[in-house]
Formats: sequence, structure tokens, C-alpha cells
Amino acid sequence: MIKFLLKGLFRDRSRSLFPILTVFMGVALTVFLYSYLNGFVSDMIKSNAHYSTGHVRIMTQAYSKESNQKPNDLALIGINSLLENIEKEYPDMIWTPRIMFGGLIDIPDEQGETRIQGPVTGMALDLFSQSSAERKLLNIDDALVRGRFPNKAGEILIAEEFANKLKIEPGDTATLLGTTMYGSMATTNFLIAGTVRFGIAAMDRGAIITDISDVQTVLDMQDAAGEILGFFPDDHFHEDKAYQILASFNEQYKNPDDQFSPIMGALPEESGMKEYMDLMNVAVYLIVGIFILAMGIVLWNAGLMGSLRRYGEMGVRLAVGEEKGHIYRTLILESIMIGVTGSFIGTAFGLIPAYLMQIYGLDLSFLFEKSSMMISGVLRAQVTPTTYLIGFIPGTLATVLGTAIAGIGIYKRQTAQLFKELEI
Amino acid sequence: MKKTLVLMMMMMLLIPISISAQPSGNELLKKVDENRITDTQIATSKMIINGRRGSRTVEAKSWQKGADDSFTEYLAPAREKGTKMLKLGDQLWTYTPSTDRIVLISGHLLRQSVMGSDLSYEDLMEDPLLQNVYNAEIKGEDTLLDRPVWVLELQAKKEDASYDKCKIWVDKERFISLKENLYAKSGKLLKTIDIHEVMEADGRWVAKKALYKDVLKEGKGTAMMIDSIEFNKDLPAYIFSKASLRK
Repeated sequence: MIKFLLKGLFRDRSRSLFPILTVFMGVALTVFLYSYLNGFVSDMIKSNAHYSTGHVRIMTQAYSKESNQKPNDLALIGINSLLENIEKEYPDMIWTPRIMFGGLIDIPDEQGETRIQGPVTGMALDLFSQSSAERKLLNIDDALVRGRFPNKAGEILIAEEFANKLKIEPGDTATLLGTTMYGSMATTNFLIAGTVRFGIAAMDRGAIITDISDVQTVLDMQDAAGEILGFFPDDHFHEDKAYQILASFNEQYKNPDDQFSPIMGALPEESGMKEYMDLMNVAVYLIVGIFILAMGIVLWNAGLMGSLRRYGEMGVRLAVGEEKGHIYRTLILESIMIGVTGSFIGTAFGLIPAYLMQIYGLDLSFLFEKSSMMISGVLRAQVTPTTYLIGFIPGTLATVLGTAIAGIGIYKRQTAQLFKELEI
Repeated sequence: MKKTLVLMMMMMLLIPISISAQPSGNELLKKVDENRITDTQIATSKMIINGRRGSRTVEAKSWQKGADDSFTEYLAPAREKGTKMLKLGDQLWTYTPSTDRIVLISGHLLRQSVMGSDLSYEDLMEDPLLQNVYNAEIKGEDTLLDRPVWVLELQAKKEDASYDKCKIWVDKERFISLKENLYAKSGKLLKTIDIHEVMEADGRWVAKKALYKDVLKEGKGTAMMIDSIEFNKDLPAYIFSKASLRK
């Protein structure tokens, strides 16, 4: 039976070519669009998690209220014991302390006086511990443009673009002017070990990476840190798990009467992306829904046109005694074959540009030059297991749906009228 | 009748005298400046900075020449000891022994707080001669620290003044301001200065204890205390040079 139907489809191209092309184009577009959106959201989540909020973040309650200003005077104190506790209590997470700070980088001339200055955003991380995940999380080795990774205290990495602006290179000395945890002026000299390209305009404009112990000394923050970030080991944000950890941590550690007691926040709220992430989840379903509806209508129309064209064929088949239900089922079977073929080709053709964009990315950094968002300037798609099905299932379903609606006409044919209709 | 006529004539003569006895706002401002600005000044002071996590005391010795140049060396606490600041005209440099660097403080750094206090570097850079920066108008009279005071409203003459409008309470006899409210262009109150104690030194009145409060900042403000002050002493010229920062 299937062989017979396939023969019919191959021999009568108008029955297969247009519907397959329609399904192919719709599916290819859906697969690519989904991969692109997935990549965009995923990049945004990862950038925010890696550079800003982690998957979960621990701060003091006072700090959390002003966290966008990075108020180190409200930092967590006693982080070593807190880290020890949370590593025992939540061993499935990677915990890492960070200090984010602002200040001024001053580059000396030959006499040791100011040659050039620039405002700087600093990120103090655990660079040297064997167990530290920071180097991998921030992909520092791949981001290195010139010089080398710091290998001792007093060495920093600086954004390549910023280094060019200040006309400095690896091996030069830079003085950091900042503010200690207690408000005093903090100054220290650093040796520039290397330059990095973050790929995030906000950071490439003026960021440095230092070891946390250096900054703890300079900013008078011994055993203190602005934030402790928590990451899931697979580097994916697991919403349910994150909120479970958050609820249990806050129940144990948060003291409403002490503004300096720790509190945990999760990525969606901390990054201000909650509404955006929710919207994106809905958007994916919306795209699929619109796709099924639009394709269903197009294929319904195609089915109707096909029915008109095959009016005589249906009539003869009914006249020779084929049951209406059987004809209807063969039409559905045909549509499944068309849907599967179109969806298969469409998925394959949608995946090709998606994979290319995942590997090579689309460099739109010129659009983000003045952006302060934690978003990469190179847009990348992301192919996930869902990508293989996101176009395939709706593509097949829409074809079947279109045929099923159009095929209802078969049941309206009156056997008694057939000979008159067929003018036999 | 003759007596009454003489009395009336005397009263008529006294009226313009009493009107001319009330100085104008700008005249008062000039007197405030004359009391405040000297040829040279050497002072040791304490600054108690009340932050959200506690208080700390910073001690400093400063040398001042006229209205433009000053040199400050921080004496305590240990972390700040040896930090020096030099202001020459409209430029400000800092030196820290740990880096052995002379760094120019400019741009957005000027808006930062001095040692975590409620004062900004911009406050230090402001022209100390009020008459150069503001036009004053007398708005009333009041009593502060049991002293009769003029209430003056100051409006900035220049666009780039740190504070567009100020309200100051000036002692009627000593010409020292006992309270200052500093406002932004929008009319928002930014800082307050409350003098708690005054002292006389070499015929001038100076604030011995004052509380500076940055209204936009949480905390109890910064208390400033003068331990000693001397006026019009000979100061060697090298103090007001960048070379003195490294000495």
C-alpha cells in the first residue's frame, strides 16, 4: 500500500513537490530561528552568569539592595568559614568568591608621574588555586591576546582594547586607584601580565582581572568578598535546583534583623533577566504555534487544491467501491510521507546554517560598542536535541492537519451523484 | 515743643544710619572670606568618619598658602600614614608611599570621597573665596549656638560651581558661618555642614568642631576637629611643589 502511494507521489509531482517545498521552507526557517534564539538567550545567560551573577549569588542583604553599584563597604566578612560551610552543605555546586571594584588606572611616565589615566572596572577572582574554576569559567586562556596568564601576586590581565587606548603592553606597570572597604583611598602598582579580549563591549572598554588575594590586601578586605558565586558543574542554569538551594540557604543564613547577614539570589532576578527569560520561553512556544497554524492553513489550502485537481480520481475510486474512510486514510498516509520528507529535508537544511553560526558566530560587535549589557558581540546559534524536533514534529503535524481538513470533502461526495458528476 | 522737634530731627537722621548699618549679602560674604582666608595657615586636624560599619579616625597636618595652594600629610591611621596631597591652583596630586607614585586626581575621581568621608575631592578643589563663586542675598536673621546670625542665600555665578545654591548662617559679629546647606541645580539638598564649636586664633574665628554630612550617603556624617591652627607663619616654598610629596 505504502509502495503504491509512494509511486503515486513520485509520478504526480504536483501532489508532492509544492507541499514538500512548503514544509521544507517552514521547517528550515523554524529550525534556524529556534537555534538562533536559543543561542542568543543562552549566550546572554552564560555571559551574565560568568561575568556577573553566577547561577546563584551570595551577598550581604545590604549589598544585595545596591548590588549594581558593587558597594564593597557592605561586603561579606568571614568568607573563608562561609565557603567551608557551603561547600559541605551544597557539594554539587562550584563556589567561588569575587570582588568587583571600580577605580582609576594610572599609567606613569619615565619620571613616575601620570602619563595617562582611565576609569577601570576590576574583577578580582581566585586565579591561582588548583581547585579554582574561574580560569575555565571565563575562558581566560582562549581570550588571551598578548602576554601570558598571571603566575604570581601583583600581576593582572587587562582588556586588549583598553590596553591599546592607554598605550601599554605586557610588562608595563599600572597603578590602580580605588577605594578600600572602609572608604580610604587605595593605591597599588600592578604588573601587566597579558591582555585579553572578553568579547563583551562593556568589559573590553575598560576591565582588568586580578587575583582576589591582591585585591583583598589593597582594598583592606581580608577574609572578605563582595560576592560568592555558585555555578552548576555542567555550566547550565537549572532553575528548579537553583531555587531549592536558594530557599534552603536563605532559611538557614538570612537574618532579617542583620543587614550584613548573607542572602542568596538566583540568576534571573540578579541579572534582571527574569522577565526576559520567561518571555523567551513563551516566545519559543509562540513561534512553534504560529508555525503550525500558518503551515496548517497553507497545506489545508494545498490539500483543497489537490482535492479539486483529483476530484475525478476520488470519484472513480468511490465509484469502483473504495470506501470513503479508506480514501481518507490513504490521503492522510500520503500527507505523513510528504510531511516526514519535507520536515526531514527542512531540518537538515535548517541545521546547516545553525551549526555554522554556532561554530563561527556572526560578529555584530560594532552594534554593541556602547552597550553596557553583559552580552557577547559575536552572536552564535545553539543546536540542542530539541532543535532536531522543533521543526520536524510541527512540519509533519501541519501537513497531516491541512490534509485532514481538506479531505473532509470526500465524505460530502454522494455515491448516487458520482456518474452524473463524472459525466459518464 | 522745641525738645520734641529736636528729638524728631534726631530720629530722622538716625533712620538712614540704621538702614545703612545692615550690610548687603555680598559685603557679608567678603567679611566671611576675610575671616577665613589668610596668607598662610598650618593646622593639625582629626576627621572621624562614621561609616555604615563603624567609625575610624584620620589625622592630618596641612599647610595652606593663600586661597589656591595647600599641602596635606596624613599622620594616622597606620594604613594612611605618609599619604600626601598637594593642591596647586586647580590641580590635585596624591602620593602614597606604598606605590611611590605621584598621581594626578582628575575627572570622575574628583567626585570620589576623601578617605571615605562625606567630603569629596571636588569640595577640596572649590575656590575657597565665596565671593568669587557666589552672589549673596540676606534672607533673614536667626540664632545659632546662642549667637545672632544672618541667614544668607548664595547663588552660583558660574555654571561649573560644585553647588548651585547654598544657604549659610553667618555670625553677625564674628563673620564665621555656623551652618551651611549646599544644594544641586535641581534644588535637591546635597550636603550640610553644622559647626558645633568655634575658637579664636590670632584674632580670627575658626570652626573647632564641625559635622559634614553627605545627605545622599547613609551614615552619621564626618566630624572634623581642629587640634591646632596657626596663621601667617613663614612657609618654605618647597612645601608647595611636587618634590615635597616624595619627601
